[in-house]
Amino acid sequence: MTGRAPIDIHPAPHVHGGDSVPRIMLHVVIALLPVCAFAIYLFGLAALATLTVATIACLLTERVFARDEHSTLGDGSALVTGLIYGLTLPPALPLWMVALGGVVGIGIGKVLFGGLGGNAFNPALVGRVFLQAAFPAAMTGYWLAPLGSDRFVSLPGTTTALPLLAPEGAAVDALTSATPLGDWKFAGAETPLLDLAFGMTAGSTGETSALLLMLGGLYMVAMRVADWRIPAALLGSVALASAALHGLDPERHPDVMFALCSGGLMLGAWFMATDPVASPLTPAGAWLYGLCIGLLVVLIRAFSGQPEGVMYAILLGNAIAPHIDRWLQPTPYGAGSGQS
Amino acid sequence: MWRRAAFTGGIDPQTHKERTRREPIRQFPFAPLLLVPLKQHAGSAALPAVREGDEVERGELLGRADGDLSVPVHAPAAGRVERIALMPTVSGVMVEGVYLAPFPGSTQEVPSGKPCDLDTATPAAIIDAIADAGIVGLGGAAFPTHAKLRLPEGKRVRLLIVNGAECEPYLTTDYRVMLEQSADVVRGMRYLRKAVAADDVVLAVEAWASEAADAVITAAPPELGIGVRVLPTHYPQGAEKLLINALLSAEVPPGGLPIDVGALCVNVATVAEIGRLLPFGRGIQERVVTITGPGVIDAGNYRIPIGTPLRFALEHVGTDPALSSVFLGGPMMGQPLASLDVPITKGISGFVAFTLAETKGRQRPWPCIHCGRCVTACPLGLNPCQLGLLARHGEVELMRSDFHLDQCFECGCCAYVCPSHIPLVQEFRAAKAQLRRADSRTGNDVAT
Repeated sequence: MTGRAPIDIHPAPHVHGGDSVPRIMLHVVIALLPVCAFAIYLFGLAALATLTVATIACLLTERVFARDEHSTLGDGSALVTGLIYGLTLPPALPLWMVALGGVVGIGIGKVLFGGLGGNAFNPALVGRVFLQAAFPAAMTGYWLAPLGSDRFVSLPGTTTALPLLAPEGAAVDALTSATPLGDWKFAGAETPLLDLAFGMTAGSTGETSALLLMLGGLYMVAMRVADWRIPAALLGSVALASAALHGLDPERHPDVMFALCSGGLMLGAWFMATDPVASPLTPAGAWLYGLCIGLLVVLIRAFSGQPEGVMYAILLGNAIAPHIDRWLQPTPYGAGSGQS
Repeated sequence: MWRRAAFTGGIDPQTHKERTRREPIRQFPFAPLLLVPLKQHAGSAALPAVREGDEVERGELLGRADGDLSVPVHAPAAGRVERIALMPTVSGVMVEGVYLAPFPGSTQEVPSGKPCDLDTATPAAIIDAIADAGIVGLGGAAFPTHAKLRLPEGKRVRLLIVNGAECEPYLTTDYRVMLEQSADVVRGMRYLRKAVAADDVVLAVEAWASEAADAVITAAPPELGIGVRVLPTHYPQGAEKLLINALLSAEVPPGGLPIDVGALCVNVATVAEIGRLLPFGRGIQERVVTITGPGVIDAGNYRIPIGTPLRFALEHVGTDPALSSVFLGGPMMGQPLASLDVPITKGISGFVAFTLAETKGRQRPWPCIHCGRCVTACPLGLNPCQLGLLARHGEVELMRSDFHLDQCFECGCCAYVCPSHIPLVQEFRAAKAQLRRADSRTGNDVAT
């Protein structure tokens, strides 16, 4: 040591808690793995292809557009977006649409806003909402029946359809009618609760199994990478509002358990509403944000022309998050002391 | 035993105190040349009281106080004044100081000055004696203690808080002082209590140091009525504002002083020094310093003469060849050092040396992901996330006017928890400096 001054001059604090952005993203990916595996078990090659193409589209877009001296792929956020985006799509969606939505989600939803940390809206949902607007028929109709017999043998005809060409009628005919929410809304038919909980239904690639999604969500909460208040407030308000509506008119409005376990609610509540970038900062803000999204979900499901409203509800929640942050600033020390 | 923290926010970093907490205070040898700055405290520098070539006794005045917000500087050793010139200090600023060469053969006995008798001295005389002894806050701020004790008109001390909550990781200075100098601590408390006519005196420690508090209480006659509060070990419990909050359930108003809520906080090492020096009328010549960290071989608690160059201190305790970083104070708020040729001054309670193993893993910052962990960790209820965002956009005025930047005391909790490794504290310090410069240009009063 003699004669040589210390080399490393670093401002305080000199120690760090040890957490990092890649570690957070890694935990989200771990939480998503069982959901992905179940999706592939349920829908076979179609789910595998959808997830793969969605993820690759997001990673490539990030790589090409996000110009940074360091690779922005290293933070893991594009991987998380890719997986979540894939899980929100109908399993038989044409792969070119899957890829296009991924490019839009990362390119417009994230990179244009400044990359990681800059996006106002959840990029996965930006991709999905673009597809919903551009290809409404495919996004609301290309469902697969769960556990199809040849799901590991061949891809559905719609999946391999060429860009901008309508798939052949036969391919579309092979698809199943509708999801549990669609059944309820348009046919008044209720899906058995056990099928909903375990996910043995038609639906978006990764939204069907309420239990696995909740398990992944609880894992993220335990690893402290998701704020538990958001799903708590969101699911709580959906439960309360659904109970109220169901009590008023049981014929028209489904019961609480159906409301909680159907559609994209669990996927959205645990994995998308909790996206820290687009959600409020403070604990009080998290409660309010979750509450707003939950009420919007019930409102859209019950009174709009669409069976499902989780996507729009979360995007609207993202839009009000900065305002919530402004209203609900933390109270600084000494603020209540009456002097200044 | 799990107990609720006395404040919201804060963090629980590894304390690393085990390595030195059982080490008794050891006397340090004199370096061949001591560098004694005439400004080791907040306020104006002392005026030189010696000339080059003078020979001084240990404890003799080297510098006299210049005005009310200043303290004298005493000779840490009997020796010869080699030079009076600029010298480097830890803050990076060169200040005037005395280069003192101790006499090798001297007994280094300290002659007594004018004793201040606890029983007969008036409160004003005690405060004067504290000023004459060159006492400043030994916890790190180095604010002249007598200035704190001269209360504003109409203010009364309801509670005198003796701060033994040594919350910075690694440091065990206050802990050892309480254990080994408990009689000094008690005597210091009696001086202070008399000086400010405090209603009550309480010694506050963190749970890990409860034995030290016991030692002080055992040394105190029960009729003194000195209270002890053992608070949970939770960083930054030792911060004045949070201590007051825990003990009085009151919050110091923004821009105000503890005395506004009837509290006065004095660091326990300062109290011990008052109790040790005043009966003999002596001044500060040395202080207890924890030297530790993975880069140090013989880690421990040392009584080191003021003015000892850090390089000499590190050579004395031995360092790891992979030594990579040295900072003063603990790892949360400690000041990094660019040079080892700076002296130990009154405000330095410890220094920590890291090796390459601790410093190489630092990560480049990622963008802020708004996770809100900094908001939860801030013990003052500020919004470090928003403050950091504004800092990166140069909106320093907004940081102060709308987001209470002045309240931040740079404890480092926000940066500690940040998963994006953003140097938030550094950004806040830069913003504060920018505001100070702007204020001095426009002549604004910073305190408003």
